[in-house]
Amino acid sequence: MSPLDILAAPDIEERRQWMGTLAKASPDRLDEFWQDLAEKPDYRCLKGPEIGLAMVRGRAGGTGAPFNMGEMSVTRCVVQIVDGQLGYACVAGRSQRHAELAAVFDALLQDDDRRAALKETIISSLDREWRNRRAKRSAKAASTKVEFFTMVRGD
Amino acid sequence: MYVAVKGGERAIANSHRLLDEARRGNPAVPELSLEQISEQLGLAVDRVMTEGSLYDRELAALAIKQARGDLIEAIFLLRAYRTTLPRLAVTEPIETSDMAVRRRISATFKDLPGGQVLGPTFDYTHRLLDFGLADTGGDAPEAEEGNPETLNGPVPRVLEILNHEGLIQREEKGEHREPSGDLTRESIAFPAERDVRLQNLARGDEGFLLAMGYSTQRGFGGNHPFAGEIRMGEVSVEIVPEELGFPIEIGEITVTECESINQFKGSAKEPPQFTRGYGLTFGHCERKAIAMALVDRALRCHELGEDATAPAQDEEFVLMHSDNVEASGFLQHLKLPHYVDFQGELVLIRNLRAEAEAKARAEEAEAKEKATADAAREAAE
Amino acid sequence: MSLIETSSKMAPGLADAVFDSQRVFRLVLDAMARPGRSVALDLDLDPPAPLDPMTAAACLALVDFETPLWLDVQGAAADYLHFHCGCPMAARPGEAAFAVITDAAAMPELGAFSQGSDEAPETSATLLIQAQGLAEGEGLRLTGPGIENEVRIRIDGLPPGFWDRWADNHALFPRGVDALIVADGRVVGLPRTTRVED
Repeated sequence: MSPLDILAAPDIEERRQWMGTLAKASPDRLDEFWQDLAEKPDYRCLKGPEIGLAMVRGRAGGTGAPFNMGEMSVTRCVVQIVDGQLGYACVAGRSQRHAELAAVFDALLQDDDRRAALKETIISSLDREWRNRRAKRSAKAASTKVEFFTMVRGD
Repeated sequence: MYVAVKGGERAIANSHRLLDEARRGNPAVPELSLEQISEQLGLAVDRVMTEGSLYDRELAALAIKQARGDLIEAIFLLRAYRTTLPRLAVTEPIETSDMAVRRRISATFKDLPGGQVLGPTFDYTHRLLDFGLADTGGDAPEAEEGNPETLNGPVPRVLEILNHEGLIQREEKGEHREPSGDLTRESIAFPAERDVRLQNLARGDEGFLLAMGYSTQRGFGGNHPFAGEIRMGEVSVEIVPEELGFPIEIGEITVTECESINQFKGSAKEPPQFTRGYGLTFGHCERKAIAMALVDRALRCHELGEDATAPAQDEEFVLMHSDNVEASGFLQHLKLPHYVDFQGELVLIRNLRAEAEAKARAEEAEAKEKATADAAREAAE
Repeated sequence: MSLIETSSKMAPGLADAVFDSQRVFRLVLDAMARPGRSVALDLDLDPPAPLDPMTAAACLALVDFETPLWLDVQGAAADYLHFHCGCPMAARPGEAAFAVITDAAAMPELGAFSQGSDEAPETSATLLIQAQGLAEGEGLRLTGPGIENEVRIRIDGLPPGFWDRWADNHALFPRGVDALIVADGRVVGLPRTTRVED
């Protein structure tokens, strides 16, 4: 077995965060950040971007044993910055551009010299935009929350 | 038996062209875009994704367009497409407890933590045709916004309330590293485990499950269901890539979940308690999720020591007939040439008819003969 | 080190994932359909030692996320296939759908690999065995499906007793493993249905 232990990357939790943010971003938005990037690195794709499926599992009763509920389309890409880090992405949907850019940003974010700036500009913006979208959705749902009141019976 | 018959190529090619024209309809009417289907016929897209067993809104919209709105045909198209893609991962089980809910109701408790959130539902509409929708081009309606903090964070599960009291069946978590049964890799065998049953029901035909669930309500294997909780919203999906060895989020999907609570008077095996059924679909397929929960519960009769007497409790009957791609394939194959089959039947029926007629003639002749003889005897007497 | 780190120095996989895989698949199909006759393919592939390019190509075309792979070596060769195939790595030969044997002389018994079952004989393992050399038209006599009368082939570098074990494997039909023998950039199919005699 190949060892699949800790990556050299900053720390796994931090990396998981930005990978999730990149996966949930829209491909167009990632492309804008890429266009705006001052020093675009040269990179090559080691794998993909390739479109495939992930089998989505649910849990019986919501909390019980897992079962296969159906598949979703995903796109995977592994890139290497020339003379630099490797980036990985697997994102929902079939946008190859999305997977490629997410992998490139993942690689750049592992660079100690670039991480802080990229997190501040790209990741925090994407994260904020996602939170806003989600808050908007929740606010609309919240407006449909039932406020029960008891009718007082007059004697 | 099928026979290869040649000669239909040109007719078939022209039929394809005619189909293309019929699909487009009147060219003076603007053509539908996939975005229009995805945005404005969203529940059709959800059904096609669920029963096509592939979460991809754009592909489902394309399938609906190609199938001219025939959803079972669209489901077939999506199922066929998914077989062309390699499987890259199996996700971690989605945690619907952490769902960002857009709808969440319970028919069993009025006041419950998190509250009753109606979301976008037909439930309180009057089912009167809205002629206002016949006009296009008006302003897009906009929903009210409430306080998003109300729905900030996970909403507690209703059935946990009963679980705390020990009054409801427990769901055993199981070892989630163990691979679950997978119908797309191994065909179903009976008796089927619950994971395989749930997978089958999740991709099963909504109409079939609706009828089966309804039959349990009407008393065929009745199990007195309540909609314990229905929730719809977004859940995060994670995979553990072979290359990384730790879980990463790959995106969000919309799902609908129904947990039914069912009365159970107890059996030789189990004490009286509430029992549960489970329904889970892609997108917003609420009727399907409820029907699935009812049928899941009915199929759990064996583990609860109930007698399986009704159709919905008959595992083989339900699971072998739930898939609309299989069902419609077998049904529609009747349209294929059965010329030789039918010739055989024709010869058989002609022979049987000839035999029957010969027999009738013989009997008639015998009866006539007997009558003549009887008349002669009577005359002689 | 994680797999993805070691891959920074990793040799590339198939240049065209779709069309190269199809060519390799077709080649393996031909090899299996005509046991004992070697076939080869021009492929620009430079996998890490001790992988033969033909072995690597067959893996890249056939092995994926759903087929656990067992190798008799660790290190760069294993990482290369693990990364490019995206497959799980089997800890024991019996858990593998595909097995790569780079050192044939020291290979496990054929019985150590999955034999399939009578209900699902297709679940048995496929072995890619790298031999020392091949010579066609001489040596062992092969008969069976896919061979009109007989073909003769000499395969160097297999362990002593291999052909006795192969006879046992053949007798298991419909169960039993299939093998692809690789040497000198060529591949020979040896399905379980092939009978081999001196």
